[in-house]
Order: sequence, then structure tokens, then C-alpha cells
Amino acid sequence: MRARDAANQTYRLPPRIFDARCRACWYALGIVVLIVASFWSLDLQWAQFLSLQALASMARFVAEFFPPETSAPFLAKVGQGMVETFAMSLLGTLLAAVLGIVLALPASRMHEGDPARLRGAARLLLNALRAIPELVWAALLLVAAGLGPFAGTLALALHTSGVLGRLFAEAIENAPREPAAALRVQGIDAPRVFLYATLPQVLPQLMSYTLYRWENNIRAATILGVVGAGGLGQLLAFHMGLFQMNKTATVLAAMLLLVALVDAASFGLRRWMTR
Amino acid sequence: MDAALPHPALRDPAWRGRVVLMLTVAVLLWPLFVATEFKPWTLLAPESLRVSAGFLASFFPPAHGGDFLLLVARETWRTVAIATAGIVLALFVAVPMALLVTRTLSVSALSGRMARGPFWLRQGVRWLLVLLRSVPELVWALVFVRVVGLGATPGVLAIALTYGGMLGKVYAEILESGEAAPTTALLRNGSSRLQAFCYGLLPQNAAELTSYTVYRWECAIRSSVVLGFVGAGGLGQQMDNSVKMFAGGEVATMLIVFIALVALADRVSAGLRRALA
Repeated sequence: MRARDAANQTYRLPPRIFDARCRACWYALGIVVLIVASFWSLDLQWAQFLSLQALASMARFVAEFFPPETSAPFLAKVGQGMVETFAMSLLGTLLAAVLGIVLALPASRMHEGDPARLRGAARLLLNALRAIPELVWAALLLVAAGLGPFAGTLALALHTSGVLGRLFAEAIENAPREPAAALRVQGIDAPRVFLYATLPQVLPQLMSYTLYRWENNIRAATILGVVGAGGLGQLLAFHMGLFQMNKTATVLAAMLLLVALVDAASFGLRRWMTR
Repeated sequence: MDAALPHPALRDPAWRGRVVLMLTVAVLLWPLFVATEFKPWTLLAPESLRVSAGFLASFFPPAHGGDFLLLVARETWRTVAIATAGIVLALFVAVPMALLVTRTLSVSALSGRMARGPFWLRQGVRWLLVLLRSVPELVWALVFVRVVGLGATPGVLAIALTYGGMLGKVYAEILESGEAAPTTALLRNGSSRLQAFCYGLLPQNAAELTSYTVYRWECAIRSSVVLGFVGAGGLGQQMDNSVKMFAGGEVATMLIVFIALVALADRVSAGLRRALA
């Protein structure tokens, strides 16, 4: 509690806006410089997208989306794309969960005396996997796996295993140590200590992380096709490339629908698991 | 029969359940493998193995010619600039919408239920935010590439729209989760909504809002690399070209630069969040 200000206290000025000793001020100045430099160095065609003519062409472009194509053969094709995208996201996430736990084990220190010699290397690998986005993985994997959903699935699996592996390692390291210690002093080998002491404690958390990544991956899977890795994205890029806007609109609607469905499914699963 | 049973320690009482579970999972997974054309052996076919081994071998040494490094540096800056400009424009989308959506700033809600007009206005803006962020930024970029042509502009616009939606939604959530009493007190005493926001809501939530914005800037850097793949400029576009030309050395350099860039953005963003909080 501050003592009440005396009536004759001089009126204090508010702090100065910029003070050379204030670190946040320097950071804020740095941000302003970054923003100005960004706008200055990019050749943004303001005129192109703010002029009346651009707005009109934009409106015309949007109008072309309507009505969405609804012929039965095309809907069947979009349906197949949806199934493919869904399968890519689900299989990619499952593979990533398996790969993630395989990589998380060497990346975590199981107990105080654990030398964990591979910890640094495993963490480096996980970080590299995670730093490269799905789409870049897909572009790289197309060379080895060819066009199609297989490359997309692998791309999702690789990026997600980096993300999940790191989260899994954190979860494993933060789990209570006592049950594992109790088994270890009985002379039980490390794999069984993990399976019977650590895993049951962290399993709900691992499931929750995996579900969360699945929601992310369904979004990623819809766009992976843009570089040729199958699913709805491939249809989208194809029809947009041919300026068939009605078909593009259908594909877009299917994307939004699929994402909404998976979100609902994941929400339901979460509710069911925490019940 | 009893004699044939294994030692009790080796008997698994739950084996039947396990086998059934495994079989069910296998049956459920099968369609997934079919739908994704999951054929790992194609990776090991001599033909594709030769191609990928050649591609991988060309990663070493990474390209390090002076001209190329200069190009990479310029494209890296463009990537950062696209992300920064995109986030700034996104703020112009997000801040007004968040102010419109925030329930704490409703005057009619001060006396019980919110009036019908403002309620539907808030709901409408909320749906607009949902629409903006549920279309992936790559799709926005594809659309804008058609309208304004190749270059940085579609990337900036795509980030502005998607991130505008995300930021708007989260800003509104942050503003509504805070303590509402100061704001309602100001509103009840006749301050305008903007005044109530500036003196009631902003001071207590400023740190969280800044921290989230900086975090999203970091995400935008990652997005802007990806957007390059559809022709929105920056590192992604160069990487796309190099992959298509099987120039492994160039790809390797750009991957290294990209990983370093993401790590750097991570550091800077963590530092900024600590300093501004």
C-alpha cells in the first residue's frame, strides 16, 4: 500500500514516451523500423487492389464462383477427393504418433541417472523435422514418391512427428517419477518400466496432443495437393488453373465442410475420452 | 491339457482382447492405406531409389556461390517483409472487428440482455471472422494470384485476411476473458465505448494482446515461405524453382536458411514477448 499523496506534492509528469534506458522502447522502435522497411522494400501494387477497377474485377471474380458446380459425376470426384484428404490426414497423424514416440524416447531423460546420450541428437532431429512445413516436405518428397496422396501422407507424417515428438518428450520428462523408480529398483528393464509405469500416466496427454494435431493436419492436408500431393488441394489447383470457377467453388465448399466435420469429430472424441 | 499351459508368469490373461483389438484396428486402417495409395516399396524401387539418391547426393555441398547467397538473402528478407506487412494489414482487419464483437463493450447489455440489433451485428461479424480464417491462406493466395498477378502482393493480402480472422477472434476472446468491472463502470458513467476500451479493457489486456500478436508474426513467417510455392514471392518461390530443377545444392542452402530463420524468429519472438509483457 502506498501512503496517501500529500496535498502539497508536486504534480508528477507521466513517464516520457521514449527513454534510452527502457528496453521495451528500443524494441518498439525496432518493430516500427521493421514495419516501415517491410512496406518500403516490397513492391506492393496498392493501385492494383485498391483501385475501383480492381475492386470491380474482384467482384466479377467472386461472382464467377456462383453457382457452384453440382453435377453428379463432379460431386463424386469431389467426394473421392474428400475421402483421400481425410485418409491422408488420419494416416499421416497415426504414422506421426508412432514415429513421434519412437523419437521421443531417446529425446527424453527418463530418470536422474539416465545418461540419455542421444538426447541432443534426437532433439536436433525433431527440431529439423518440425521446422520444415508440410508443404515443403511434400514438394521434396514428390521427387522420391511421385505425384499423389502417398507423398502428402509422408509429408504430413514427417512434419507432425517433429511436433508430436517434442510434445511427447516434454510429457514423458514431466511425468511423475515415483512409479518408474519403484519398478526400476526391482531390477526391471527399461522398456517394461516405460510400458507399465510411464506410458499409462502420459497416455491421456499423448492422445490429446495427437487429436489436436489431427485437427491441424486436416487443414494442412486440404492444401498439400496444391503442389501435387493428392486430395482436394490437387482438384482445387487444377480447376483454378483452368479458370473453372464453378468447380473451384464446389471444391472450396467441400474443404470447409471437411474441416468442420473433423473439428466436430475431434471435439466429440475429446468429450468421450474425458468423460 | 493343464500340463501344456506355460508358466503363470508368461501367461497373458488379456491376449484374446488384444488380438481382437489389433485385428479391428487393422481392418479399420486398411481403407486408409488404399485411399492414400500407401506403397512404401515404391520408394525402394531401383528407378525411384536412383532418382532420390541422386537428388539427396546433390544436397552436398550446399550451394554457396556469392550470387546465389545474395539472392537467398534478398528472398529471405522478402519473406520476413511479406509476413510483417501481412500482419500489419491483418491488424487493420482484426482490431475493428474485435471491437465490434467484444460483448463487454455492449451498452445495451448493461441492462440485462443485449438488444436484438447489436446481438445480430456481433453474430454477423463473428461469422465473417470464422469465414476469413477457415479458408487456408494458401487458397487466399491462389485467388489473389489470379486477381493481382504473381509477386509479393497476393502473399501479403492472403496473410492479412487469414491472420486478420485469427487475430480478431482471439483478441475478442482475450478482451472478454478479462475483468469486466472497470469497463462496465466506465460505460455506466457515460464514457463512450472507445474510451471504455482504452481505459478499461486495454490496460489490463495489453500484455496478452501484444504477446499473441508477436506469436502470430512468428507463424506468419512460416506461412509466407509456404505461400511462395503458389507464386507469392520470397524463399518459397525460389525453393519451388530449385526443387523443380533438381538443384539439390540450392535446396539444401535454402532449407538451412529457412530452419535458421524459423529458429531466429522463435528467439526474437520469445525475447519480444518477455520485454513487452
